[in-house]
Amino acid sequence: MNVLVIAEHDNVVLNPQTASVLGAALQLAEQADVLVIGYQCEAVAEAAARLQGVARVRKADAPHYAHFLAENLAMVVAQMAGSYSHVLLPATAFGKNLGPRVAAMLDVAQVSDIIEILAADTFVHPIYAGNVLETVRCSEPVKLVTVRSSAFAMVPACDAVAPILALAPGPDMGVSRFIGNELPHSTRPDLAAAKVVVAGGRGLGSHEAYHRLLDPLADCLGAALGATRAAVDANYAPNDYQVGQTGKVVAPEIYIAAGISGAIQHVAGMRDSKLIVAINKDPEAPIFEVADLGLVGDLHEILPQLTAALCR
Amino acid sequence: MKLLVPIKWVVDYQLRVRVREDGSGVDASGLKMSMNPFDEIALEEAVRLRESGIARELVVVSCGTAASQETLRTALAMGADRAVLIETDVLLQPLAVAKLLKTLAQRELPQLVIMGKQAIDDDANQTAQMLAAMLGWPQATFASKLQVTGTTAIVSREIDGGLETLELSLPAVVSADLRLNTPRYASLPNVMKARRAPIECLPAAGLGVDLQPRLTTVRVSAPQPRPAGVRVDSVEALAARLREALGMGGEA
Ligand SMILES: Cc1cc2nc3c(=O)[nH]c(=O)nc-3n(C[C@H](O)[C@H](O)[C@H](O)COP(=O)(O)OP(=O)(O)OC[C@H]3O[C@@H](n4cnc5c(N)ncnc54)[C@H](O)[C@@H]3O)c2cc1C
Repeated sequence: MNVLVIAEHDNVVLNPQTASVLGAALQLAEQADVLVIGYQCEAVAEAAARLQGVARVRKADAPHYAHFLAENLAMVVAQMAGSYSHVLLPATAFGKNLGPRVAAMLDVAQVSDIIEILAADTFVHPIYAGNVLETVRCSEPVKLVTVRSSAFAMVPACDAVAPILALAPGPDMGVSRFIGNELPHSTRPDLAAAKVVVAGGRGLGSHEAYHRLLDPLADCLGAALGATRAAVDANYAPNDYQVGQTGKVVAPEIYIAAGISGAIQHVAGMRDSKLIVAINKDPEAPIFEVADLGLVGDLHEILPQLTAALCR
Repeated sequence: MKLLVPIKWVVDYQLRVRVREDGSGVDASGLKMSMNPFDEIALEEAVRLRESGIARELVVVSCGTAASQETLRTALAMGADRAVLIETDVLLQPLAVAKLLKTLAQRELPQLVIMGKQAIDDDANQTAQMLAAMLGWPQATFASKLQVTGTTAIVSREIDGGLETLELSLPAVVSADLRLNTPRYASLPNVMKARRAPIECLPAAGLGVDLQPRLTTVRVSAPQPRPAGVRVDSVEALAARLREALGMGGEA
């Protein structure tokens, strides 16, 4: 088994989900290589080199990788993939964008969003918004897989440092151009990695109420904020707060769902949380079917009282 | 310019499929089928480009059994000019679909392919990226805003942590996210008209594409149900349970 993990990063910091993907890789082999593609991303390569189980870090560093354009990155990955039995990416926006492009270049199928590895060629992944788990066997020469990071433990950093090997950069395809981004800075923990998530739905009623009621609770619990599609569509919260089938998948220790009905598309993104708390005025709301702790009532009264009780 | 919008016919998003007892697959028999919601959004975006005069022709395509014609008729009623069914009984996986779409794209020569970011049945989120790679075209996945000029598309994409804007040289492939638009309902007269509209049927077998599934389903199962929860009857009780779970100690 010869496993390659594609690192996700912002040229400065290695995204911690990479350590979870490496956790999956180490179920397949004792060691794995990590590929870092970026621009002036030395610090990222060094961080990757310190992760446990990394044999080598391979680094492609060039200006045309600064913004991680799929067309350019796929050329590098596809070029290298042939010498590996497995290529693993995180099932994040980054990995979902890049993986299938590489798969098509290699003429192999991709297995999306795995949550379990049963054998080197056999994986479990959710389909139908998580209502069905499918076990698939992949007999492709290169197994290209995206990994749901919440399902695999992160490997820790260690004292040993793996060698960093520079690669000659591939071509700049020149067909797409980065114009800009809006990445609002947040002092809260990353939604995908947070131990506690406080999520609000349409029941919050307004952008103002969403923040007035949820921010203090999240602040005192050190929690990330999450939202339903309905809450995002109504502009209570930004799009990257969306949890669900088509948003982020989270599995924190505690997930507090306030004013959320529990549509299957939302539950798909949080059903693996350890403790689910539901606050909803409708005793019949489906969210109570997945909740460990439920409180029926008006969130406008409950949330301030709960914050006061927990955060004195 | 010409637009191509691929469409998948899936079990309606409000319904739950059942897992077959023997674990061999899912049972969707008798369940209502609908256009994949993301494809509906892609189609709406294309119809708007058509209406604004930026696009001259809008072709929709579905790959699957003859039954998929029904979703193509919905697409025609929503404003597509022409519909193509690439017909096969083989259970198609994303790689095969991308190959079929590639052959059609090479015949139709669209400047832009707009498609859903994922199908809500297999949740694979692959076909758009695969098609872009096979055609050697640029891609913008998870689009929440699309602006088309003569030779480029400017696309805002939903990424982890926020939004990103890219400019793609045309031809290109764009995949639609939820917030790109809100699809229209087809009007009754248009639905009636679409019933009689011709649909071009291309047998997939004649396109020289390897359709065989590359992934084998070993088994399917339902996820472990969560143990039944408890209802607490007061904020104090909830706070006490949470304090315990948070390791904050019993009494505050
Ligand atoms: C293709 C597709 C993909 C989707 N992807 C996602 C996804 O990724 N994530 C997602 O979340 N959704 C997704 N959805 C949408 C999903 O189907 C639901 O529409 C959405 O999750 C509902 O959000 P909600 O629970 O906030 O709103 P509602 O369903 O409107 O629920 C609001 C709840 O708030 C309660 N409430 C109201 N007022 C109060 C009060 N004062 N106190 C206490 N409770 C109150 C109500 O009883 C109700 O249960 C998707 C849909 C489609 C079609």
